[in-house]
Amino acid sequence: MDKRTVIELNHVEFSFNKAPVLMDVNVKILEGDFVAIIGPNGGGKTTLVKLILGLLKPTRGHVFLLGERPEKTSFRTGYMPQYATGEKGFPITVLEVVLLGRLGLTKKGPFFSNADIKKAKEVLGLVGMDGLFKKKVGDLSGGQLQRVLLARALVSDPEILFLDEPMASIDVGGQERLFDLLGRLNERMTIVFVTHDVGLLSKYVKSVICVNQRVYFHNAPEITKDMSRLLMAESCPMELVAHGFPHRVLGKH
Amino acid sequence: MEILNLPFMQHAIIAGILSSIACGIMGSLVVVNRSVFLAGGIAHAAYGGVGLAFFLALPPLPCIIGFSTFMAFLIGALTLRKRQRLDAMIGVLWALGMAIGIILTDLTPGYNVDLMSFLFGSILTVPRSDLIVMFLVDAFVIVTVIYFYKEFLAISHDFEFSKVRGVKVAPLHLLFLVLVALCVVITIRVVGLILIMALFSIAPYISERYSCSLFDMMIKSIILNLFFVFLGLYLSYRFDLTSGATIILVASIFFFLVFGFEACLSFFKGSRFYGGLSDG
Ligand SMILES: Nc1ncnc2c1ncn2[C@@H]1O[C@H](COP(=O)(O)OP(=O)(O)OP(=O)(O)O)[C@@H](O)[C@H]1O
Ligand SMILES: [Mg+2]
Repeated sequence: MDKRTVIELNHVEFSFNKAPVLMDVNVKILEGDFVAIIGPNGGGKTTLVKLILGLLKPTRGHVFLLGERPEKTSFRTGYMPQYATGEKGFPITVLEVVLLGRLGLTKKGPFFSNADIKKAKEVLGLVGMDGLFKKKVGDLSGGQLQRVLLARALVSDPEILFLDEPMASIDVGGQERLFDLLGRLNERMTIVFVTHDVGLLSKYVKSVICVNQRVYFHNAPEITKDMSRLLMAESCPMELVAHGFPHRVLGKH
Repeated sequence: MEILNLPFMQHAIIAGILSSIACGIMGSLVVVNRSVFLAGGIAHAAYGGVGLAFFLALPPLPCIIGFSTFMAFLIGALTLRKRQRLDAMIGVLWALGMAIGIILTDLTPGYNVDLMSFLFGSILTVPRSDLIVMFLVDAFVIVTVIYFYKEFLAISHDFEFSKVRGVKVAPLHLLFLVLVALCVVITIRVVGLILIMALFSIAPYISERYSCSLFDMMIKSIILNLFFVFLGLYLSYRFDLTSGATIILVASIFFFLVFGFEACLSFFKGSRFYGGLSDG
């Protein structure tokens, strides 16, 4: 039962130009977990994910991803950002975008291998995008684009999957299918998931991180008393609370 | 057609082909990275290298290479730090580089460089030695871009994601700027820095709209650049006009024709749609 720690943050502090965004974050996530990160807009959820991936450097404290500095290990994870940064007119096809998710694993030089291409087509099928390989990414709808970004995160067979509000523009039927997919994937990878819609998740979620400048970690799919205090000013996601009585906070290591 | 037998014309044609290829490739990267202004900064700051070469009585090409590579690194350092008002800073370097060039030529006794020949180039007076250097640098640019194609595509499309994938973004960004500087260096004496900007931006901008991959865009940009250069060259010879300016004029007219055509097309489509509605 000794699971390895895949994510560890020790006394992490982060500020943008001296304005504190996250304070004294201590989190330890074990292999195989399915973590939901919740919190109000501007609470620091995206910032937390970027700190774990090494895209932002903590002002204080240390981050370990898969036991090492994130810059060294981030290529073993899959990341789906909250917003697509590529511009609308960028000349790139759906298949190419997904193939770029193979970087770090594929060989040097200008070409992707046949194995890469096969894998990319396979995950595009998984997210319900087959038949659109050759389409220009700029011509996709918002939900289709999100599916492509999810495929790009999955194509590297990651050890940890980071998803920043992946369902924001996915239709209802699609959401259900994607959650089922994530549930299945969770059997072989750790999943960290930023969301506002906690209700839909409770079936698969194993633990919750609540972020609002301070960070609470709870090892069960529930909102604790401290979390709801943290979320107080915001609309509290009641669905999760309904699970049972608020628990004590485990997150202080 | 006997004009094609003249050595200066043959040199001009080879120079035109080489600059079209280099600028088609790097121009596509510049446009998808939204870095036209940045490339403009490097191109114009290179003029400081011209002044420096004359002032120190050194051979111009190495001097320009050194100076503009230095500028590329300076701009690279600024862009990587993501400072605010980056565009204003590039503007400063742009102006500073040109001013340094002009002051240095002022201070060079008894030598009057023709500013116009560096702005618009003189494609009809390319010496053989320049062609050799151009060829080598072209080869270097092509091989480098092909080798790092996936990585360049990744950082152009999604900088943060490529960082997560372990792509060495900072060295590649600097390499990109140095390649831009090299393009500028080689083509500056031949076609001039104004024409470089035209070859960098007009063809890639048009091709981007009709391409579904970056590679596709590069090939189309090269073909368009070749078309602009040779039509421009022919017209400038035929009507005795400045070659660089004629090439730019050809490219710009084509640019506006494409947009005029597209505007007509969408207008036409719009009215057809309207007709379709009333039919139903
Ligand atoms: N580039 C930036 N520069 C300065 N401040 C920033 C920057 N990015 C985020 N912030 C600030 O950091 C705080 C946390 O932002 P973050 O994007 O992590 O929030 P979030 O929890 O992901 O919100 P949302 O639910 O809206 O996605 C916010 O107060 C925001 O104003
Ligand atoms: Mg966010």
